[in-house]
Amino acid sequence: MYDAIMAETIQITGHEGDPIEAYAARPLQPGPLGGVVVIHHMPGYDAATKEITRRFAAHGYNAVMPNLHYRDAPGASPDDAAAASRATGGVPDERLVGDVAGAAAWLRSLTNANGKVATIGYCSGGRQSVLAACSLPLQAAVDCYGAFVVGDPPEGMPLKVGPLTHLLPNLSCPLLGLFGKDDSYPSPAQVEELDRLLTEAGKPHEFTSYEGAGHAFFNVDRPSYRPEAAVDGWARIFTFFGEHLGA
Amino acid sequence: MCTYQTETLEVTGSAKGPEGWFRVSEAVVYLDHPQHALAEHTLNVDFRNPALGPATRSAVELEPGAALRLARAIVDALRTAPPGLLPGVDQEALARLGVEVSR
Repeated sequence: MYDAIMAETIQITGHEGDPIEAYAARPLQPGPLGGVVVIHHMPGYDAATKEITRRFAAHGYNAVMPNLHYRDAPGASPDDAAAASRATGGVPDERLVGDVAGAAAWLRSLTNANGKVATIGYCSGGRQSVLAACSLPLQAAVDCYGAFVVGDPPEGMPLKVGPLTHLLPNLSCPLLGLFGKDDSYPSPAQVEELDRLLTEAGKPHEFTSYEGAGHAFFNVDRPSYRPEAAVDGWARIFTFFGEHLGA
Repeated sequence: MCTYQTETLEVTGSAKGPEGWFRVSEAVVYLDHPQHALAEHTLNVDFRNPALGPATRSAVELEPGAALRLARAIVDALRTAPPGLLPGVDQEALARLGVEVSR
């Protein structure tokens, strides 16, 4: 089987027509192929999330990760750009939706695309994946331990983003949720609440919460890595995308 | 989790970054995922000067207990400084802070 992929930094059109940087990884196959928008975590558009983007290409999907911090620090290293973004208040929800819309449009414009697009995000990107799926026409979405999709932030916490409860009736596609039972944000109770709200709204979703795993269990280079949860989680992601992004 | 919680302070001083010493105009303090430290959450401080670009930055990521010990050491160093060396510092506020952090 021919399995070449190409990975490169590209420019896409983001929110309000802004040119932004993105990292794309594509199988060199005629297709038709589904597409995945990878939403990086708050610490940035980094080596670990680029590796995740390549992983989707290696599994037969066109994948692209917009640099959500690009406007805050064009050309800066990912950690400096993340710091600059934080210092200026973080990524606004509206801009996130515009940037994901641009990434999805880029995926659908590829000659080997089948027109189907999913989002996946980790940590803050998990919440943003749900936000995008409630705001844009998508075929699937994955939320990996995103905090504040539901639930009020702790008292005294000056949170710049709010829960997405009011948007859940607009969810445009099936949602796969992967969580750790030892996580506090989102807590098991918040995961249950999200499960209940989606069920009440008649929105298809599949949730798995792993014993012995906390936040960020997919991060292979962090102490939070939990191989059993991560291996099972990856298998669920590819099964889910196989069902919803197939030709 | 990503805490989204950030304190930004105007500061005056200098720090050493990738291009050498630079004037610091702000410090950004937050408890969140580190870039490099091997902990899930760390107390992070970015000493920056945005006018000189995003790469003009000196960053630290400290295990939370270490951050508290550093805070105590900073307050102690200021509190026990010889008289007359701390222009612009409210001595009464410093004394109160000294009592609080030594608890």
